[in-house]
Amino acid sequence: MIPSDATLTENGLAPARKGRILLIACGALAREILDLKEANGWDHLDLTCLPAKYHLWPERITEAVTEAVAKHRDDYDDIFVVYADCGTGGLLEARCRELGVEMVAGPHCYSFFEGNDAFAAREEFTAFYLTDFLVRQFDAFVWKPMGFDRHPELIPMMFGNYEKLVYQAQTNDPALDRKAEDCARRLGLAYERRFTGYGDLQTALTRL
Amino acid sequence: MADEEDIILSELDDEELVLQMHDDLYDGLKEEIEEGVRILLDRGWAPYDVLTKALVAGMTIVGADFRDGILFVPEVLLAANAMKAGMAILKPLLAETGAPKVGKMVIGTVKGDIHDIGKNLVGMMMEGAGFEVVDIGINNPVEKYIEALEREDADILGMSALLTTTMPYMKVVIDTMKEKGMREDFIVLVGGAPLNEEFGKAIGADAYCRDAAVAVQTAKDFMSRKHNKLAAG
Repeated sequence: MIPSDATLTENGLAPARKGRILLIACGALAREILDLKEANGWDHLDLTCLPAKYHLWPERITEAVTEAVAKHRDDYDDIFVVYADCGTGGLLEARCRELGVEMVAGPHCYSFFEGNDAFAAREEFTAFYLTDFLVRQFDAFVWKPMGFDRHPELIPMMFGNYEKLVYQAQTNDPALDRKAEDCARRLGLAYERRFTGYGDLQTALTRL
Repeated sequence: MADEEDIILSELDDEELVLQMHDDLYDGLKEEIEEGVRILLDRGWAPYDVLTKALVAGMTIVGADFRDGILFVPEVLLAANAMKAGMAILKPLLAETGAPKVGKMVIGTVKGDIHDIGKNLVGMMMEGAGFEVVDIGINNPVEKYIEALEREDADILGMSALLTTTMPYMKVVIDTMKEKGMREDFIVLVGGAPLNEEFGKAIGADAYCRDAAVAVQTAKDFMSRKHNKLAAG
């Protein structure tokens, strides 16, 4: 059973303690990883998630991953970290190397969902990205923390240099598509839906 | 709340007014800041004193609370907007009254990066501290940095990046400065959310600055060292 987005945002997900490899992931990826696990019959993989809210405080990610590795490493044959760099400025990668655990390659989930090479080739730096999770949680991850609910005058200050919102769709869900388009409208950006599926996330997990 | 609405700025004495302006900056009250600045000027305050004692001192409190996790980006932006409005009144007067100039900085966000909130805050606080700031905007290729540094005869280069993918470009700029034999002519300060001190050292910057307050202090320290060196030489 997949916990609610609110639980994944605040608390993350505890491991089921089944499987020989533990995935330590961002809560924003829980649903996608569990979908892949089920679709592919990956019973050797167990999943624990850190709170998705660390997306807003990347400086907390490295220590939280370190603690999770220390907590669980004796219970599994191996651990794989399902974070990209995610704004840690290389610190997470360096720490994973020290800890002897592997992680997903790439700068952030927007990149690995699309495929790191394809994403880099676009050089699309005036785009603001949302994934399925972030579309569902737009208010909690963008609108409220940026203060737009109280001070809409801040929108041009924070988003004035962006040109479009790209919804990277992991699934085909017309309701999410409509919601994403509305998010673009609220931010005053052009809208583009781009189906990515699971991209390099699937590739990385398939190798485990 | 009702008490706050009852405060009439012009009825406060100087000390109370300055403290009230610190509160108003903290609350991002742009119009109140503009009014406070005008009142102090009308009372004969030097523009430089209004800037430093009312605006910069107030913004320093905002910066400290941001650093300590008490305030967040939206509140800081509102405060910055209020300060900017106050500075807009003071700027022409500062130029006329010959306020002290500490140094000159060229600042810009690196190529491939459009994020400028941090850069703008640093620029504003540097101006508040008496630096002349030439803001070259966002998405700057190395040529634009070099051209601006040479054209402006600046003392300091400030580079900003928000993305892990764009921060390595700072090294491209610094390496180009070295190739052109101009690296030692400038103090290079770098900043941005994913950066850290180690990165700053690795790319050959003079310092990584965690926030606007640190940037101002670091720039002042480097400028005074530069002056001491010149005096000794």
